[in-house]
Amino acid sequence: MTEKVLNSEMRKAVVRFSGDSGDGMQLTGDMFSQASGWAGNDLTTTPDFPAEIRAPQGSVGGVSSFQIQIGGTEIYTPGDQVDVLVVMNPAALKANIRILKAGGTIIADSGSFNTRNLKKADYDTNPLEDGSLSEFHVIEAPATSLTKEALKDLGLENAAMSRSKNMFALGVVSFLFSRPLENTIHLLEKKFSSKPLLLEANKLALNAGFSFAESTEVFGASIVIPPAKLPKGTYRNIDGNTAAAWGLLAAAENSGRKLSLSSYPITPASEILHELSARKDMGAIVFQAEDEIAAVCAAIGAAFCGNLSVTTTSGPGASLKSEAMGLAIISEIPLVLINVQRAGPSTGLPTKTEQSDLNQALYGRHGEAPLVVIAASSPDDCFFYSYEASRIAMEHSTPVIMLSDSYLASGTSPWRIPGKGELQDIDIPQFNKPAEEWEPYMRNPEFLNRFWKSPGDAGFEHRIGGLEKKENTGNLTYEPDNHEKMTKIREEKIARIAKRIPEQTVTGAQSGRLLIVGWGSSHGAISTAVSELLEGGEEHIGFTHFNYINPLPQNTEEIFSKFDEIIVCELNNGQFANYLRTKLPQFSYKQFNKVKGQPFFTSEIKAEIINALTT
Amino acid sequence: METDVKDIPKKLTRKDFVSDQAVRWCPGCGDFMILANMQKAFAQMDHKKENFLSVSGIGCSSRITYYLDTYGIHSIHGRAIAVATGAKLAKPELNVWVFTGDGDCMAIGGNHFIHACRRNVDLNIIVFNNRIYGMTKGQSSPTTPTGMKTKTAPEGSYENPFNIGEVAIGAGATFFARVPDNDHALMEDVMMQAYHHKGTSVIEVLQNCVIFTDGIHEQITSKDTKHDNQVVLEQGKPIIFGKEKERGLRVNGMKLEAAKIKNGASNVLVHDATEQDSLMHLALAKMQLPEHPVAMGIIRKTDSVSYEKSTHRAIEREVSRSKFKNTSDLFKSGNTWDI
Repeated sequence: MTEKVLNSEMRKAVVRFSGDSGDGMQLTGDMFSQASGWAGNDLTTTPDFPAEIRAPQGSVGGVSSFQIQIGGTEIYTPGDQVDVLVVMNPAALKANIRILKAGGTIIADSGSFNTRNLKKADYDTNPLEDGSLSEFHVIEAPATSLTKEALKDLGLENAAMSRSKNMFALGVVSFLFSRPLENTIHLLEKKFSSKPLLLEANKLALNAGFSFAESTEVFGASIVIPPAKLPKGTYRNIDGNTAAAWGLLAAAENSGRKLSLSSYPITPASEILHELSARKDMGAIVFQAEDEIAAVCAAIGAAFCGNLSVTTTSGPGASLKSEAMGLAIISEIPLVLINVQRAGPSTGLPTKTEQSDLNQALYGRHGEAPLVVIAASSPDDCFFYSYEASRIAMEHSTPVIMLSDSYLASGTSPWRIPGKGELQDIDIPQFNKPAEEWEPYMRNPEFLNRFWKSPGDAGFEHRIGGLEKKENTGNLTYEPDNHEKMTKIREEKIARIAKRIPEQTVTGAQSGRLLIVGWGSSHGAISTAVSELLEGGEEHIGFTHFNYINPLPQNTEEIFSKFDEIIVCELNNGQFANYLRTKLPQFSYKQFNKVKGQPFFTSEIKAEIINALTT
Repeated sequence: METDVKDIPKKLTRKDFVSDQAVRWCPGCGDFMILANMQKAFAQMDHKKENFLSVSGIGCSSRITYYLDTYGIHSIHGRAIAVATGAKLAKPELNVWVFTGDGDCMAIGGNHFIHACRRNVDLNIIVFNNRIYGMTKGQSSPTTPTGMKTKTAPEGSYENPFNIGEVAIGAGATFFARVPDNDHALMEDVMMQAYHHKGTSVIEVLQNCVIFTDGIHEQITSKDTKHDNQVVLEQGKPIIFGKEKERGLRVNGMKLEAAKIKNGASNVLVHDATEQDSLMHLALAKMQLPEHPVAMGIIRKTDSVSYEKSTHRAIEREVSRSKFKNTSDLFKSGNTWDI
């Protein structure tokens, strides 16, 4: 074992809690995140758990993990490699050892490294004893036995006592990161307010872990991560799906419209449906439809009726909705579709992440069927982009697809709660003249958007539908020239939205050798890689990240023209790169792609950039 | 009843519901009768004109939304009920009518149909049943009779058809009625009763397609045979039929039987559409020639809370007990910290 490998002050650290599915690792990680937020750190988290609801106990397949990167600097990813690995059983060690940094720390519940568990994890000898972990700093923390000892007077059964051992582990890690326990105890008191015995058990276990670490001096030194310099405000941790749901609530409130959500359950989007089902207390009208098609069609009905109307899904569901999206496009009604992408095609890797539904979002409909596509780039900004999707849909009478993905949906990051007036107003075009002067397909000349009139508005009775409309009147017509004109109007309407979205910005060099391009959820890894290289003195790279995909920001061409070389990084086979090739064919685009159901690692992007600069 | 809007500014007439679009059905099509009766019925309803919503799918039937001067959505194939469900939930005060056909509703839209019946959304669904795909020019539909020749069954259909009433009632519909397209009084009456019913109302119209299935319902609907081949159900009255009302329905063993009424016979079934138990309603809906007359009128009409009412009751309850006055309260609930 190496001695005292940990620095007393670190800029950032990656901690991974790992154990059996039943060991409460998600809760442990969540509480550590909370305490880190309170300590002023920036952070990003990601869960990693088996797809099976109850995977075989003690097996490698049943390991559940929670990873968090905390920092005194801005943190955009949960980290590639782990500094501190907490393992509650041999299977957790087996599953995670390959991502532990050389010299990293393992905190192992030594009591669980018994013959039975070692065998389940396929270990012939005990790795805590056979020297195979000599390059790491191993702390044997007998969580199971010391938790039982601490809880012995509570009169709990053995199984109940051992369920608190995750809090023992949290106590150990809390000591290691110099975190006082008050905040964590406060969280426990909230969580177990109606179960005093469990509260007591968890508090005792937490304290026992902390005392064990403190008194045995196993760590040599504890780590201090200074607070990050974040903008002033009130913060909370939030996952991408909750953030998306709340963005919709904010858009409903700011627009004065009711929120209707019509969805069908699908991994990894269901939590948006769950959250808004629980938000009846905010007036949300939620419909769990009988299938994906019914969900989008019900959303169309609600949109026609004047509500902020949304349907949420993942790729397979988005496929089923595509015919109805065509109806929303030709009807020119406001509709938001949130696609929380997962690895496809078909059922693919349903719990894993990918950015491979971009083509579907852009092109996956019959006919000439343009709509707005935007993408979120971190768990917390799913709030902002679901708000933006709603704003654009209602202001421009168009369907909008917002892309999130599995990585953002289940990851968390601190979110600064927007203050009053910080969000852009939602300015729905009003028709203030008498109904006699109104026609269903007349437009606001500047943006070509329709005026949204709904059942209940007296004198504006009109029909919408899937058949081609006569310009202005909306009457049915098969006139050839009209169809071409309406096709071009629908296209132009989307193009003009470019005037109502922010300009694209560049980090690092504003011109020169190499431009790194990303979009959506790969922001974290790319921006971390780029900023590390910039800090290292690299002066020839710029980075621009896209959240508005269709239409592209107006200054995209200008930015691209200032660089010798462009590399587009994305988690698919090059869909955004191909889109750029059709939109801005004058530039040449190199690609860096990954299709493994995993997010990018910072190290991969760095290596790619260095490689590009040296060849 | 609470969702009704009963403050009518002026009396509406049939003409208020006639749009400026030319009606384009084949001359003689049964759809004209449905349109005319619908416009007449609309004029008698208590809703303000701007609170009417017509939703249709795809097919000849579904063109009707363009001919009714109300808010309307001509949606996509099979999905009218789903669109209407979303609309009714969004604005429960609307008076929502769905127009669909046997192909649109029972084939591609079958899933939405059964789930609307199950949920009891307050929609009025008119199924134009001509037992064929008309607009796509003559393919078999889910209600095409076994043995009938169609473009897709040139040797005669060997599929078992759906009985729309059986599907609807089986799926939990609280209102099911059947009418022939040539009985204006009955159709209008049934439309009004569907309007007043709170929950999913399904009306099957036996509709004649002059091009592909001309005369398909004639045995049931023609002047000469209708007395013997239809039984028009009336609430609380014995189920009798025939020119002289000389025949009636009774239970024999496990099934319904049509028989001549003997003097003073007391075993003739008395119709009760309000009975919660759907056993007899299913039996009535399933009656077909030649063994039985075909049941017309309201077969089932039972009380049950509608889906959108339950949804909005839940929302009102939760809003009234909510800790959150606005999104800011929600966002700041739970564990936050200040920097």
